Amino acid sequence: MIGHFLFRGLDRGVVVALTVILAIGVLVPAANLLLPPGHPLHVPTYLVTLFGKYATYATLALALDLVWGYCGILSLGHGAFFALGGYAMGMYLMRQIGSRGVYGNPLLPDFMVFLNWKELPWYWLGFDRFGFAALMVVLVPGLLAFVFGWFAFRSRVTGVYLSIITQALTYALLLAFFRNDMGFGGNNGLTDFKDIVGFPVQAAGTRAALFFLSCLLVAASLLLAAGIVKSKFGKVLIAIRDAESRTRFIGYRVATYKTVVFTVSGVLAGLAGALYVPQVGIINPSEFAPANSIEAVIWVAVGGRGTLTGAIVGAVAVNWGKTWFTGALPEFWLFALGGLFVVVTLFLPKGIVGTIAEIRAKRTAAAAAAPKPAPAE
Amino acid sequence: MPIIRRLARALGLILVLFYALPAAAQDISGALAKLAADSYADTAAAVVDLAGSGHPRAAVIVAALQDGRLEFDRASKAVVLRTASGVVDAATGAAIAPVPGSLSPVRVNNRVRTALAAAMGALTLMSPDPAKRREAADAVFKSRDQAALPTLEAAIAKEADGRIRAALQAARAAVILTRPDASDDARVDAAGSIRERGDQDAVALLRSLPSDTPKRVRDAAETAAKAVETDLALWSSAQNALYGVSLGSVLLLAAIGLAITFGVMGIINMAHGEMVMLGAYTTFVVQELIRTRMPGLFDWSLAIALPLAFLVSGGVGVLIERTIIRFLYGRPLETLLATWGLSLILQQAVRTVFGANNREVGAPSFMSGSIEFGPLAITWGRLWIVVFALAVFLGLILVLKKTPAGLQMRAVTQNRAMASAMGIRTPFVDALTFGLGCGIAGIAGVALSQIDNVSPNLGQSYIIDSFMVVVFGGVGNLWGTLVGALTLGVVNKFLEPFAGAVLGKILVLVFIILFIQKRPRGLFALKGRAVDA
Repeated sequence: MIGHFLFRGLDRGVVVALTVILAIGVLVPAANLLLPPGHPLHVPTYLVTLFGKYATYATLALALDLVWGYCGILSLGHGAFFALGGYAMGMYLMRQIGSRGVYGNPLLPDFMVFLNWKELPWYWLGFDRFGFAALMVVLVPGLLAFVFGWFAFRSRVTGVYLSIITQALTYALLLAFFRNDMGFGGNNGLTDFKDIVGFPVQAAGTRAALFFLSCLLVAASLLLAAGIVKSKFGKVLIAIRDAESRTRFIGYRVATYKTVVFTVSGVLAGLAGALYVPQVGIINPSEFAPANSIEAVIWVAVGGRGTLTGAIVGAVAVNWGKTWFTGALPEFWLFALGGLFVVVTLFLPKGIVGTIAEIRAKRTAAAAAAPKPAPAE
Repeated sequence: MPIIRRLARALGLILVLFYALPAAAQDISGALAKLAADSYADTAAAVVDLAGSGHPRAAVIVAALQDGRLEFDRASKAVVLRTASGVVDAATGAAIAPVPGSLSPVRVNNRVRTALAAAMGALTLMSPDPAKRREAADAVFKSRDQAALPTLEAAIAKEADGRIRAALQAARAAVILTRPDASDDARVDAAGSIRERGDQDAVALLRSLPSDTPKRVRDAAETAAKAVETDLALWSSAQNALYGVSLGSVLLLAAIGLAITFGVMGIINMAHGEMVMLGAYTTFVVQELIRTRMPGLFDWSLAIALPLAFLVSGGVGVLIERTIIRFLYGRPLETLLATWGLSLILQQAVRTVFGANNREVGAPSFMSGSIEFGPLAITWGRLWIVVFALAVFLGLILVLKKTPAGLQMRAVTQNRAMASAMGIRTPFVDALTFGLGCGIAGIAGVALSQIDNVSPNLGQSYIIDSFMVVVFGGVGNLWGTLVGALTLGVVNKFLEPFAGAVLGKILVLVFIILFIQKRPRGLFALKGRAVDA
């Protein structure tokens, strides 16, 4: 049955995307590690890290597309799940520093020594083990998404109201994580990482492995999302998106469906954040900024919401643009980004991938319709 | 301490003289002659004379003597002050040149020093400057200097200003209360007088009595301390409520335009904060022009900026509505994204034109300074913003309820098709309504420029709060916005003492998130058919 799903159940687009992502995931690290620096096809390590960052953004976009594109839940707070996953990973990485910190305290991270704390807060316990940290990467964002979704969807908070309270959620977390007494490093966040599962974070080999894992995560998320969308569960999600009341009247428990998909999406975002942090080397409260979450929404909108490959295309395209703009014309980046929001909503409501698919569908329809008059002669 | 008593008697006598014969008492030549006599007894007497003289130079001379800068000419018996640049005549302050050769300092011993300390206290307690008198009274209240009692009594008799008199009496009561040889009755009375003072220092003093104090006095002090604490709690609640109303009025100003665009029209305008920012920058530009062209008009700058800010923000609003939002009616989530993009563009545009730094916006003279209610001090700026917010709110209600344009706006939002059939140009009304909401945001910007940093990020700090207020109050209901803003403001300020400013804000956000679960349509929800439209 799994084989059937893998080979027949998937769209051609998804299969192509999976192949491309996995190919990139293998080829880029290979070009970085195996080819000498002078080689024309050599990929420098900073590019590997940059692409790895894009890959985690792509996963975040996929997670967002799953709830927005297929269930009509516009979350303006997905950055919160991403950042929570990142913090869980960051806490593990902080504990790995051990006595190599500036103050050389074997147990306490530097910022706690600086704040004159005497012992580790209870919620930092266990983060010295990778397994526990990995569990938290899944559990913390997942639990928050579940609890938030449970309350919001059961009381039928929909549309813009939901968008606004998701924004309030991430804003509240932003303020909370800025506080020094929260024990997450205040506005400096967590940084200066040394090791991840025994490998130095800065090393090219580790970077390449992280990049491969990020690509693997995108591929796995894509597969999972495609599976969800194709299943009966996914059909109900689309029904909820298009006519929520009607779906409810038919007898589906709308709130349960929404909560489940929201939780899955939160977990995916958290995983993306966990891979983001070791590659970028820092996690601080600004990741919770509402602006970041809305930026993720525009990735999905540019790529095409309701198309899974579109989310990936959009995330990579917009961030590529951002990297280029902030390097070449820094003061114009916000004009470009703002313009993108306006232009996409006005002229490209289906995004790049959606529009291409539409054009192709029209052409096929025209080709199918055109020969008909001929036999009548 | 007999010396003190004697001094006090002398002081009292001199004060009586001072009241009776001001012209005569102002004469300090006798005191100066005693200073030049080069005997400790005469010097001490001279200090007492000076303290009671009320002469404008008395404090300067006493201070100079304390610092060892007072000298006299053995030959001419003239008393002079040594300053950084030379010597001046003690009585007149006129410079003396050339400096006489036979100068020697006026010597002091412990007896003179005691007299000096009392004289300094008396001179500040009776200083012509009311602020100094009050400061001196508070200093005595805190030091409980037993020696100051006679001076205090003299000062109380003379004091005309009611507040300073109260401060002096509290200081006197503090001295008596802590004086073991005073009678119990006097000390109980003193506890009562200290209760009048009613602040944290009073509580500390009342609680600090040593354990060998008679029980009756201690009980009286304890009762008084409890009463003061009750008063203080009341005042602190009043302060929280007042600051809460102030914060609420800021929220109201920021949210009121949104109550029109989001509440009445249903447009999610994420660029609302930028309309506020445009208003603030309009104020800045107006003030800059006034400063360079006609500085005399500065007090009018806000009044001039108000209509301009309304026009600028309103104009930009109409432009946005005509070029972007009208294509997105019925698609609220798309509107949200497009207006967010607009807000980024507007921020960057302002940053490009005016720079990323904070801009200085001055306060006109009627908005600076503060007024006091009991122990509370409220700045005029805050007070004006409360008044202004309410005025804008009422003005908006009037526009919507009493003008033809308002009637058309309400008609279009309630039933677009019917309004159109009645001959109302609905697209025109849409643009007008959106422009009105944005224009009011611009007006809010003028007021907020007085209390916030005018920077390109000004709007962003208000946008989430504004949405919270509108959603909390209930969409489509202006009164809900008023109640929502004031409630959130007051709740925030009452949480702050317990939770701190940031945590208080987080708690309010969480509270609103939970509240929306319970009442998804806000405090004052619209009922009936319009709800799902």
